[in-house]
Amino acid sequence: MDVLKKVPVSEQDPKVRATNFKEVCLGYTKEEAMEEANRCINCKNAQCIKGCPVAINIPGFIEQVKLGDIEKAYQIISESSALPSVCGRVCPQESQCEGKCIRGIKGEPVSIGKMERFVADWARENGIKPNGAQEKINKKVAVIGSGPAGLTCAGDLAKLGYDVTIFEALHKAGGVLVYGIPEFRLPKDAVVQKEIDNVISLGVKLETDVVIGKSTTIDELMEEEGFDAVFIGSGAGLPKFMGIPGEQTNGVFSANEYLTRSNLMKAFEENSTTPIMLGKKVAVVGGGNVAMDAARTALRLGAETHIVYRRSEEELPARVEEVHHAKEEGIIFDLLTNPTEVIANEDGWVSGLRCIKMELGEPDESGRRRPQEIPGSEFVMEVDTVIMSLGTSPNPLISSTTKGLETNRRKCIVAEEEFGKTSKDGVYAGGDAVTGAATVILAMGAGKAAAKGIHQYLSE
Amino acid sequence: MYPIIRAEELTNNIFLMEVEARRIAKACQPGQFVIVRTDENSERIPLTICDYNREKGTITIVFQIVGASTDDMSKLKAGDAFADFVGPLGCPSELVTDDIEDVKKKNILFVAGGVGTAPVYPQVKWLHEHGINADVIVGAKSKDILILEKEMEAVAGNLYITTDDGSYGRHGLVTKVIEDLVAEGKQYDVCIAIGPMIMMKFACLTTKKLNIPTVISLNPIMVDGTGMCGACRVTVGDEVKFACVDGPEFDGHKVDFDQAMKRQQMYKTQEGRAYLAAKEGDTHHGGCGNCGGDK
Ligand SMILES: Cc1cc2nc3c(=O)[nH]c(=O)nc-3n(C[C@H](O)[C@H](O)[C@H](O)COP(=O)(O)OP(=O)(O)OC[C@H]3O[C@@H](n4cnc5c(N)ncnc54)[C@H](O)[C@@H]3O)c2cc1C
Ligand SMILES: Cc1cc2nc3c(=O)[nH]c(=O)nc-3n(C[C@H](O)[C@H](O)[C@H](O)COP(=O)(O)OP(=O)(O)OC[C@H]3O[C@@H](n4cnc5c(N)ncnc54)[C@H](O)[C@@H]3O)c2cc1C
Ligand code: SF4
Ligand code: SF4
Ligand code: FES
Repeated sequence: MDVLKKVPVSEQDPKVRATNFKEVCLGYTKEEAMEEANRCINCKNAQCIKGCPVAINIPGFIEQVKLGDIEKAYQIISESSALPSVCGRVCPQESQCEGKCIRGIKGEPVSIGKMERFVADWARENGIKPNGAQEKINKKVAVIGSGPAGLTCAGDLAKLGYDVTIFEALHKAGGVLVYGIPEFRLPKDAVVQKEIDNVISLGVKLETDVVIGKSTTIDELMEEEGFDAVFIGSGAGLPKFMGIPGEQTNGVFSANEYLTRSNLMKAFEENSTTPIMLGKKVAVVGGGNVAMDAARTALRLGAETHIVYRRSEEELPARVEEVHHAKEEGIIFDLLTNPTEVIANEDGWVSGLRCIKMELGEPDESGRRRPQEIPGSEFVMEVDTVIMSLGTSPNPLISSTTKGLETNRRKCIVAEEEFGKTSKDGVYAGGDAVTGAATVILAMGAGKAAAKGIHQYLSE
Repeated sequence: MYPIIRAEELTNNIFLMEVEARRIAKACQPGQFVIVRTDENSERIPLTICDYNREKGTITIVFQIVGASTDDMSKLKAGDAFADFVGPLGCPSELVTDDIEDVKKKNILFVAGGVGTAPVYPQVKWLHEHGINADVIVGAKSKDILILEKEMEAVAGNLYITTDDGSYGRHGLVTKVIEDLVAEGKQYDVCIAIGPMIMMKFACLTTKKLNIPTVISLNPIMVDGTGMCGACRVTVGDEVKFACVDGPEFDGHKVDFDQAMKRQQMYKTQEGRAYLAAKEGDTHHGGCGNCGGDK
């Protein structure tokens, strides 16, 4: 065994997986996990912990994996993380825990994420559940949104004994974990639903089909329904469009629409009663994780799929692993290319995407080199579907209907980082609703912090 | 689950259901809508709130069978339940949110086409309860598909019914009635037109000529109904709006109807079209057979 390299993890063959929605990465076996655990040198001043937004005791849990005591390892992870089988799959580890690992200086870092996933999956398969509260506290907390932020906050408060109700606008709990991130990266029934069931098993109530700001308001929840505190974890779900001509043509989707129909509405299943338009040639505009997910979904639905991105490969904001997987599966990358117009045929359907070639100029405010148009380089890509994946921002539904809730210029709710306290008494917030689109682990961390803040507030 | 208290077929292929949904019944206003799912695997179907009873905690919906999902819905009976029933979504009608004293000074005309009678009803009723009597034109293809006539009669100022085939009331399209009323000397400060897209489009062309500001209610394809997917986007003036959160009511003289009609066809497969032709046919007022789900 080469100690400089990670123990390889088995994956579905790219050609096979390009035609199915089963999980790409198959995960470690116990033997593999134990072997990988041996690569960790149990640093005294472990840098990896500093890279993890929720500061999991990484050497601590790895030590238990080494010994083969997976249950103990799970307990150590659970002290800091409520959704380890999710984070082990979707955390950008290369820039977080693994990015800081000592092993990474000379060789590959320890495969922390894959081990975390193994431990969490093992615990789930062996029926290990978080422990509920010993004593009930007679106070009610409302949690808005059932994404990672809301689920974590609700779980932590329930463990402390609070009477918690989650309000979710959609018909199913899970936030981006169920409607955004595709099945082949994060299985819905096998993984996400089980995590949600765990939270519910702590005594948390879940009310779906409630849109806060419409069905009822935060003020009503507090004044009429007796909630003592509220956590807002409503995410950043409002899609951006480019504003180019032809964008309202049939066959132009936001990534949110495309992924929601595929994931939440199960359009990918054969004989689904809630189908999606199947394109033959699809252009996905954008270069983030969301773009990769949309592209790989379109590919699996049978389309030739292109990523159209205005900067170069180096600037792609998506995780390296996802770009790598996308390439393996046969996604074509049209880099340094920017759409200028969607072209429609006479039926009003997309028939092409007019693009212009770009080159990189001087660095801009973000430190990345600014893409500039190359004059006269316009060309038309023949496509029948265009998926816009240009980022999202928080939905104003809640901020516009809650008295005294401050937001910033980017429509994000203003909340203190330490405990998620907002400008309104008794109201806390965290996750994408506060930061704008970010990551699962940051949302989770914010949910945890706010649970502490709410506990403090209600203990006063 | 959301229990169905009452279910009846109003006329050929048009159904009324009263559903228990306490939160919505408490919060809703005329002009808003709900999204319903029949069961775990169903489409999310947007439907306008046609009536509400705050004491009983119920919402009334009226829908027409136009495709597979509405067909499934029509099979539900009193005692059954919807898996999901979410709302109230969208903005309330401006007549409800504007200063009531201003509204009282206005001569208001409603134009309802086909099932569009259902969403018009709660607005006329609300105005009636606030001492305002609006004129209402109801258009249908023929007498046997007219709905809510008695209910509307009770709350409207003047009710003008017209049928395309002349089998009842006046003879001709709603646009002709608008022109006739104005020619007879009626003056209107605002018109609210709700019905199939094609009817709203032509009603707007007529009211534009007559200089009557007009509000219409759009029914594009929707998924979430909360501003998350952008499926419902429409062009109004030079702006792109999301009908589910910015609407569904818009200035009819600014809406790009041709684009909206095309977008509504998005999920219509060949199969769907065939189904539509077989099932729907003559319930359509405006008769284009091409406007997808109409209200
Ligand atoms: C396609 C896609 C791929 C991604 N891939 C990754 C990845 O690989 N790794 C990673 O770390 N991150 C990834 N992310 C980002 C990550 O999913 C988010 O940062 C995270 O989910 C944010 O969590 P949250 O709890 O703040 O909000 P969300 O997960 O967005 O949940 C918010 C919930 O609140 C509900 N809600 C909103 N408004 C209301 C209201 N008014 N009333 C009631 N409920 C409401 C919403 O319906 C939703 O269920 C991805 C995101 C997307 C879209
Ligand atoms: C705000 C609003 C209010 C409405 N109010 C009413 C009402 O009061 N009464 C009434 O009869 N109808 C109303 N409609 C229209 C109604 O939602 C459609 O008739 C219904 O969705 C059609 O579904 P279907 O599957 O039976 O028909 P089909 O037309 O066969 O639909 C085929 C597929 O197209 C998609 N689809 C078509 N139309 C829509 C849509 N509007 N939203 C989402 N998906 C769609 C679905 O994927 C569906 O499975 C309203 C629509 C909107 C947006
Ligand atoms: S939660 Fe994410 S960052 Fe933290 S250890 Fe696990 S994979 Fe690494
Ligand atoms: S930095 Fe790497 S080697 Fe050191 S404790 Fe963390 S995982 Fe182990
Ligand atoms: S229905 Fe999704 S944004 Fe309007």
